[in-house]
Amino acid sequence: MAGKIKMIMAKPGLDGHDRGAKLLARVCAEAGMEVVYTGLRQTPEMIVAAAEQEDADVVGLSSLSGVHNYFFPKVVELMKQKGLNDVLLVGGGIIPEEDYDFLKKSGMNAIFGPGTPTTEIVDFIRTNVRKR
Amino acid sequence: MFEEKVLQKIKADKEKWEQGLLAKSLSRSPEAKPVFTTISGTPVERLYTPLDVDGVDYERDLGYPGTFPFTRGVQPTMYRGRYWTMRQYAGFGDAKSTNERYRYLLDQGQTGLSVAFHLPTQAGYDSDHPLSMGEVGKVGVAIDHIDDMRLLFDRIPLDKVTTSMTMNAPAGVLLAMYLAIAKEQGVPWEKVGGTVQNDVLKEIICRGQYIYPPRHTMRLTVDLIEFCQKFVPKWNTISISGYHIREAGSTAAQEMAFTLADGIAYTQACMERGMDVDSFAPRLSFFFNAFTNVLEEVAKFRAGRRYWAKVMRDRFKAKDPRSMMLRYHVQTGGVTLTAQQPLNNIVRVALQTYATALGGGQSLHTNSYDEALCLPTQQAVTVALRTQQIVAEESGATDSIDPLAGSYYVENMTNRIEAEVDEYIKKIDAMGGTLTAIEQGYIQKEIQNSAYRFQKEIESRERVYVGINKYTMEEPPPTGLLRVDMAVGEKKAAALKEYRAKRDNAKWKAALDKLREVSATSENVLPYVIEAVTAKATVGEICDVWRNIYGEYRPKEFV
Repeated sequence: MAGKIKMIMAKPGLDGHDRGAKLLARVCAEAGMEVVYTGLRQTPEMIVAAAEQEDADVVGLSSLSGVHNYFFPKVVELMKQKGLNDVLLVGGGIIPEEDYDFLKKSGMNAIFGPGTPTTEIVDFIRTNVRKR
Repeated sequence: MFEEKVLQKIKADKEKWEQGLLAKSLSRSPEAKPVFTTISGTPVERLYTPLDVDGVDYERDLGYPGTFPFTRGVQPTMYRGRYWTMRQYAGFGDAKSTNERYRYLLDQGQTGLSVAFHLPTQAGYDSDHPLSMGEVGKVGVAIDHIDDMRLLFDRIPLDKVTTSMTMNAPAGVLLAMYLAIAKEQGVPWEKVGGTVQNDVLKEIICRGQYIYPPRHTMRLTVDLIEFCQKFVPKWNTISISGYHIREAGSTAAQEMAFTLADGIAYTQACMERGMDVDSFAPRLSFFFNAFTNVLEEVAKFRAGRRYWAKVMRDRFKAKDPRSMMLRYHVQTGGVTLTAQQPLNNIVRVALQTYATALGGGQSLHTNSYDEALCLPTQQAVTVALRTQQIVAEESGATDSIDPLAGSYYVENMTNRIEAEVDEYIKKIDAMGGTLTAIEQGYIQKEIQNSAYRFQKEIESRERVYVGINKYTMEEPPPTGLLRVDMAVGEKKAAALKEYRAKRDNAKWKAALDKLREVSATSENVLPYVIEAVTAKATVGEICDVWRNIYGEYRPKEFV
């Protein structure tokens, strides 16, 4: 695959817990990806605008405040509206397993719960990202 | 602690043991790993002896409970007089459902309240603000105005309980509501006890619930401290927090160092306001984490008490011993919980509670075993509270004060952590102080580097985490998790509309205008905040007044 994988790491909503988001951003950067971390308090519109502007291959959404069922599908919907259909969407945080099906049906490609090794996430991205 | 002659003999005997029996044993079966470290990465020796506490002067460095340097505790009788306050952080949905949970917890023997507010209130937005969508009532209770607050404390007498409120940039607004409700209940402010977190620096460092730029938000913090010093003398005006620093990935020593660095910054700011150090320092309180390595945590608490006492006496010239006491709340480590095999978390929390008891904390929140999955269920909350009661009343940890003192290991670790704290404080001083260190991202980067190191250790299996990288097993997904109804948001939005329509508009506008005028001067804003909440101004409206004057903080991201 030519070129670096471009990734947006985003924190939707008012949640301030970004240890995981920052850690994963660093791990992905060390794995050779180009990563932009949005910082906190992102609306779905801001996240999708960043993905579009950066021509991102992957968008990572992190949520630890129980708002995933609200925010993740909103991001998916806006991505579709912008025609960003082949961007890989991955999510993580405090997300009960019983919500995974709903989120995947809404268009998320993968959800990673607490305790997931970062290598597993990096591998998933490399395997499933669009080819440039 | 030992005479030179005795030490010489121990040194000689230890060498003999190392070269003889130990060497023989090691040659037959080596130890499990070349280096042993605490969860913070600090190396741990095979054996601690009097040689490792050489230089400790009992009277100078340890002393007696309730006396300088408070290494052994801040009260003369500690838990023999009274256990720590068992204070479970709780809040979800609307004021009515949270009020029910509070009355349940009080019925179960809990001795203080701790309010978890939902994120919109913490970030200074009303429940119907666009940024509040999806968040209403999720991680805490939705409080928009004084009517919500009245409902939250319905049938709870504010002269009988003390209340801690995790509220930072808008701390003054929520305190104002609490004081107004106390007045309605006929409770004089001199009798009102509790705590507001009011620690805006750590929001900027790691917790993320900031609103205003550092130097402006500090002014509101100091206003609250100054106001309470005059009118609410039993209130803890700030809870300077290392908890979230540790959660964000710091080591034990970094947690203590950066928290005390924040404490120094607040103390300086109050003195610059013209307050005498002994007029406000006795009401400064702290908040720390407790991880599972009991010995390291105990050493951290002891080192922190000793270091802070010296800072207050030597650096700030405090005279009142109460100014020198590191009084703190503890919460068990949220990040130490696993979503895998969640019942194992009960054991982790029990050890962390034990560490808190042996370390001499003043109040404690124990996490529930299901918190890596969702908000805690009633059953999990009950187990968490019972854990405290078992440690307090069955384990014997509370019978004697600072029972680990004199352990060669614990005293050595205490010295070591104190030295590391001192090194950080000196470095931060040299950079120009805490605010500068935060603005430059130094503190944030130190924490993130520790978080990264820990993650690598887990993934390389250098460090064992049960259920994560060892003893894993397949489990069915957990069921019966607590869910907050999305309808709370719609209900709150509708209620807000009605609330705004019904209030006395002229009175409301006059109060906000006055607050705006005063906020642009150096006059203390608190009396005007109380007037504004009484005139039915909402949290969002008051915070907007300050947003318009002070602007909003937008951090540079240090990844």
